[in-house]
Amino acid sequence: MAERVNIERRRQAIYGWLLLSPAMILLSIFAFYPTLATLWSSLFSRGTRRRASEFVGTENYADLFADPTFWLVVQNNLLYAAITIPVSIAIALAMALWANSKISARGFIRTAYFTPTVLPMIAAANLWLFFYTPGLGVLDQIGSLFGLPSINWLGQPETALWAIIIVTIWKEAGFFMIFYLAALQTIPEDLKEAADIEGTSRWTYLRRIVLPLLMPTTLFIVVNAMINSVKLIDHLFILTKGGPSDASKLILYYIWEMAFAFFDAPHAAGMTILVLAVLCIVATIQFFYIDRRTHYQ
Amino acid sequence: MTRFSRFMESFAAILLAVVWISPLMFAVWAAFHSTSDAVNFNLSSAWVLDNFRTAWSGAPWLQYFLNTFLLVTVVLIGQFILTTLAGFAFAKLEFPGKGFVFVLVLMQLFILPEVLIVENYAMVSRLGLFDSILGVGMPYMASAFGIFLMRQSFKSVPMELHEAARIEGCSLLGILWHVYVPLAKPTYLAYALVSVSTHWNNFLWPLIVTNSPETRPLTVGLSIFGAPENGVDISVISAATLMSVAPLLFAFLIFQRQFVQAFLRAGIK
Amino acid sequence: MQKLKKLALAAAMGISLSAQAAAQTELTMYYPIAVGGSLTEVVDGIVSDFHAENPDIKVNAIYSGNYDDTRVRALSAINSGEPAQLAVMFSIDAYDLIEQELILPFDDLIAGDEGKAWLDSFYPALMANSQIEGKTWGIPFQRSTIVAYYNKDKFRAAGLDPEKAPTTWEELVDMGKKLTSDGNYGLMIPSTGYPYWMFQALAIQNGKELMSSDGVTTYFDDPSVVETLEFWQSLSVEHGIMPTGTVEWGTLRQAFLEGQTAMMWHSTGNLTAVKKSASFDFGVAELPANLRKGSPTGGGNFYMFKDTSAEEQAAALKLIQFMTSPEQAAEWSIATGYMGVSPAAYETPALKAYTESFSPALVARNQLENAVAEFSTFETARVRDGLNNAIQSALTGNKSPRDALAEAQKSAERQLRDYR
Repeated sequence: MAERVNIERRRQAIYGWLLLSPAMILLSIFAFYPTLATLWSSLFSRGTRRRASEFVGTENYADLFADPTFWLVVQNNLLYAAITIPVSIAIALAMALWANSKISARGFIRTAYFTPTVLPMIAAANLWLFFYTPGLGVLDQIGSLFGLPSINWLGQPETALWAIIIVTIWKEAGFFMIFYLAALQTIPEDLKEAADIEGTSRWTYLRRIVLPLLMPTTLFIVVNAMINSVKLIDHLFILTKGGPSDASKLILYYIWEMAFAFFDAPHAAGMTILVLAVLCIVATIQFFYIDRRTHYQ
Repeated sequence: MTRFSRFMESFAAILLAVVWISPLMFAVWAAFHSTSDAVNFNLSSAWVLDNFRTAWSGAPWLQYFLNTFLLVTVVLIGQFILTTLAGFAFAKLEFPGKGFVFVLVLMQLFILPEVLIVENYAMVSRLGLFDSILGVGMPYMASAFGIFLMRQSFKSVPMELHEAARIEGCSLLGILWHVYVPLAKPTYLAYALVSVSTHWNNFLWPLIVTNSPETRPLTVGLSIFGAPENGVDISVISAATLMSVAPLLFAFLIFQRQFVQAFLRAGIK
Repeated sequence: MQKLKKLALAAAMGISLSAQAAAQTELTMYYPIAVGGSLTEVVDGIVSDFHAENPDIKVNAIYSGNYDDTRVRALSAINSGEPAQLAVMFSIDAYDLIEQELILPFDDLIAGDEGKAWLDSFYPALMANSQIEGKTWGIPFQRSTIVAYYNKDKFRAAGLDPEKAPTTWEELVDMGKKLTSDGNYGLMIPSTGYPYWMFQALAIQNGKELMSSDGVTTYFDDPSVVETLEFWQSLSVEHGIMPTGTVEWGTLRQAFLEGQTAMMWHSTGNLTAVKKSASFDFGVAELPANLRKGSPTGGGNFYMFKDTSAEEQAAALKLIQFMTSPEQAAEWSIATGYMGVSPAAYETPALKAYTESFSPALVARNQLENAVAEFSTFETARVRDGLNNAIQSALTGNKSPRDALAEAQKSAERQLRDYR
């Protein structure tokens, strides 16, 4: 008997690893090894015709910390995250509640909310360019109806990043709405009925019953939104290219620029490592938090 | 009072919907008018198709469509196979090292392929996959999100079904194929929707690893089409943009109900 | 026996196939394009003409977006072992390409007097960016200068002579004021995309170069350079003839065509596009002068990559010579508005007839005598980025021109320290 359990256990181990191996190989090739390689190459200087590449330790990092653009970009990205994450989640929740309620024209509303999600960001950016362009743009034309002066949304450091943020929120909210919508449908109807009978106000019902039940979904969405606040930069290529004066430059765009426009792979690698480190810390906190707060079956 | 607040709410909901859809509506307006009429909002001006003609002849769109289609198919097939196998192993098998590997996989949720563009680009070149559709798709195949999703879905399958199939003499892979995969259909569907819309829309990575019209997906083709040195023509760009989003948009409009249902049934939360 | 025969046949076929393959040299060329997609057809046309003349060479011409995209693409290809023998890239990328040891000088490729005569056949101003450390690294292809486009109808409406565009900064401001009415501006100089380029034009007119000719020194904090930026800023802040904030490069042509501005400064590469869609009478003029006249050149050169076989080099050289020959240059110039790169191009019947019927096509060339090399240094992308930021900060009112330029100068010195 013990023998059979043993065989079964070994069989499971072999199967387990066999089944995992394709995924693990690809993960190693495209996630783990590149991470280590990035770390390694961030410790070397850039090779040029005059000076071969050599080991410089943490000098690349010191350069980055001394680079005012780097700090500006970090600051931009923090603001970008601090605004897009909560706002897009709040809007997504409102959208889901509306799309789930007995409002007229619900089909249209749902479609309208969700449409930005199926548009490629790069295409969406083209559409928004038409909105923002001073003089010709839709926003300016609407503004001029009310006698407002023309505003150069993408051309001023004060507004450029905000213009980018708005596009991101517009793009993300509908996507997150779907998750909320799915979660809302799992809330039993009788809870609502019970609340109605007790004469609970809608607001209290929302705050005391719906929101706690949506907590796991919210956490899932927060993780997604956070990841997006790092990786969603496609519209920069069309709208501002990080300008004016780096006012709308985000960190991934700067990494791209460093590596592929300035040919400076070592500094790009350094920045990549810093981003990964921050993501790792955030991830660790998240996992502990999720473990404590929610119950995945 | 309640009626009034209801009304206000409907109004807000519809207003938000109008705001949300307006960029697309303006693109439609611009695409069907001459540039000058479009930017001046000549409401009485004629609707024309010239912009589509210009845009269509300006780039090999059919090829781009085909590339994008191939790309999302390749990625999806790869993801299905890899995440099914790995998700099953994590859900139903016990073996040493499982916990550790699972944490590794979860870590990958945060090691974004987008951040590792430089090294991944070097890796793809080393594998000889530079400027190939497989090269664009490969880094995304072992999706941690997908593995996680499949694990959740397989976990909810009752052990009795598993045992029953085993007694009937099914092999482990047989059980996976005949019992688990059919039961996880809604999850597959939901995951497919997320995956397809992600990769249909993906830009930065394909921008870096594709180099020719034969492999360029729509997004990269569109950005290149829209980035001539000396300026853009809003109407033509709008037409090109509409053309490139049309297939997915129509698919979504037609299958909207199923789409949302798929999410509901998959129980993603 | 039968089997053996088959084998022999197969072998023979194999040999003949490989012989055929050996006879054909394959070239991959990356190129950017000026205005919109349809010009790729023009390039495809030129390439197929080339194929007709040279059946033993096969050219894959790959359109790859704007200049930055093209550089990224060509270099990615090389780094990942994909073939690339030549590319059209920014004339100002030369320093970086040399420093990365990616390109070959043409002097070594061309033989004797004939080759030298070929290099001498181009306008010297267009060669300025390619001549570095005594060698020639690029061959001019789609080259431009900045020209002033102006709306003659608006000149008439403002009571100005439609045949007389401003020739000095003072006239520019005076006329600009007359041409500015509510909502419409007198002048737009683009300040996104390539702000350094426009700025360089202004600086030259103010009598000062932005960089030394060896590419290791910049003069951003020179008083007359600061004065230049102050002038640019004053166009909107003090004189109100230009919008405040930055002016978008990409949509400027549209703004001009919609009559939002009476004058715009832009690349001559826009000429054909403006001609096609202008609904009003427009003129093209050389840029005005302050202390002197002047514009930087701009645009793309052919470069030859290092990792190429002698055969490929010969084939690539043939292609470059074909594409820059007077007839092709003339055709390219008519299709785009870019300059014919050699005096001989303007002597071809096609371009002669064209310029006679449409004199604006000559403005960019006439301006060449006052033209200087486009801004370019070692580490050019980053140094340029610093300058662009300084210009934009000043125009958006975030920093004073003096502070902004001093900062740019400091960061440029940091970048260039290692090259001195």
